[in-house]
Amino acid sequence: MKNMTIYKTVQSENLVCKSNSFQETFALGQKIGGLLKQGDLIALEGDLGSGKTCFTKGIAIGLGVPRDTIITSPTFSLINEYDGRCPFYHMDVYRLGSLSEFLATGLEDYFYQEGVVCLEWADYWPEILPPWSLKVRLSIIDESSRKLVFSGEHPRSKELLRKIE
Amino acid sequence: MIILGIDTSCDDTSASVVVDGRQVLSNVIHTQAELHRPHGGVVPELASREHLKNIRPVVKEALKRANCKITDLDGIAVTIGPGLVGALLVGLYYAKGLAYVHKIPMIAINHLEGHILSIFLEEEFIAFPFVALTVSGGHTSLYRVDNYGGYTLLGQTLDDAAGEAFDKVAKIMGLGYPGGRPIEDIAKTGSPDKIKFPRAYLSKDSLDFSFSGLKTSVAIYLKKWQNGQTDPEVTLADIAASFQEAVLDVLAHKLMLARDKVGASHIVLAGGVACNNRLKTRLAEEAAKRDIRLSFPPPEYCTDNGAMVAVAGYYRLLNGERADMTVDVRSRYPVQDLIPMV
Repeated sequence: MKNMTIYKTVQSENLVCKSNSFQETFALGQKIGGLLKQGDLIALEGDLGSGKTCFTKGIAIGLGVPRDTIITSPTFSLINEYDGRCPFYHMDVYRLGSLSEFLATGLEDYFYQEGVVCLEWADYWPEILPPWSLKVRLSIIDESSRKLVFSGEHPRSKELLRKIE
Repeated sequence: MIILGIDTSCDDTSASVVVDGRQVLSNVIHTQAELHRPHGGVVPELASREHLKNIRPVVKEALKRANCKITDLDGIAVTIGPGLVGALLVGLYYAKGLAYVHKIPMIAINHLEGHILSIFLEEEFIAFPFVALTVSGGHTSLYRVDNYGGYTLLGQTLDDAAGEAFDKVAKIMGLGYPGGRPIEDIAKTGSPDKIKFPRAYLSKDSLDFSFSGLKTSVAIYLKKWQNGQTDPEVTLADIAASFQEAVLDVLAHKLMLARDKVGASHIVLAGGVACNNRLKTRLAEEAAKRDIRLSFPPPEYCTDNGAMVAVAGYYRLLNGERADMTVDVRSRYPVQDLIPMV
């Protein structure tokens, strides 16, 4: 974390971070997990292998999910639930084919419950996201480093952006 | 004892009639893989709807092929988890209806126990304790099996399941879904040591798995390959073969490590990835070196099927278990939660 560059882009309110390893991606997730509260939603975008699950593992620990908990990929199960300071819902819409299929799963209900949601492949249908979502776009720079771009327009998202900085 | 087994935990609607946990009279599987292929994955809502459409004809066909009537059944075994809630509900409520109307005992089955016990369809005698590796799209787990119902989880994946890695890599390679078969097929013409993809052995004694880093490595390599930034002699078959080898190396290593720790004389494979012929060949070599036995169910009982549910149902019914009408599905259902049979 010490060496990690976090800076504001000139053009927008977006925060851009460069992570040099999966440990740094995890640590950044953990820091953000520590800032989250009930109702928050983290919307993750990024290619296969860009570090979404790694970042989510950090968020879980930051949220107080016990360290020995195994956070596995929710691709197959669609949603994995954990208990931290508040319920933590790790979701993945990777294998859903359309918006109507997403709606039929009932996963949307979790956005408005007493927990924190971390949603992978959130860019599939941006219209499903509540306005207070904090968007995180991850991209691969090279084998070990990743770029993370945080954005959000809602007062709650902006508050989180300020705290992350 | 004649048991009807029903499984609707994920893609497939399946029903099977099995006598005494060994003799399969029928095994009907209505697979939805075709239906799912355009999306590159299983579609839950579509899956539930399809299960609803298929459950009755599939059960009917299973009874017909077994040449038996519902009233001949001694029990109805049905998967209650783990799996997709909507999909599981279809099977459970259909089984409840049948059991209630015809006054037949119903047995609620853990899908993973079904996979572990599916080996008894192939082998009459397996020495306890044995080590089982269940490896599929949703699971990669090693168990110590002390008796029917007595399972200890020795290790599991910390991120992606092995089958999920096959599916995701197949998707980025443009090979379709499910990914296991197409990767194995194309890998036959490739060289497994062409590219050194990372093997996550974790710590020296760890029996856990991790396939997320491998998936990332292949994704990055593939991008470079497409941009012509790699050795021009490398083919897609080489990438597939090298990826497959990396997965199989780790599976074989950990399974043997678990076997050595337990001191078992028998190892057992189960789950969809157990269909992979190269995995079976590799493990057969390792087993021969150690003078132990390796068993795996025939391919039709590796993927989800009703027969394995009937097998588990048979042993549970013998143990005096019955599910009442209030039993519910469980999306998460660790096999260690099961009550060992006496």
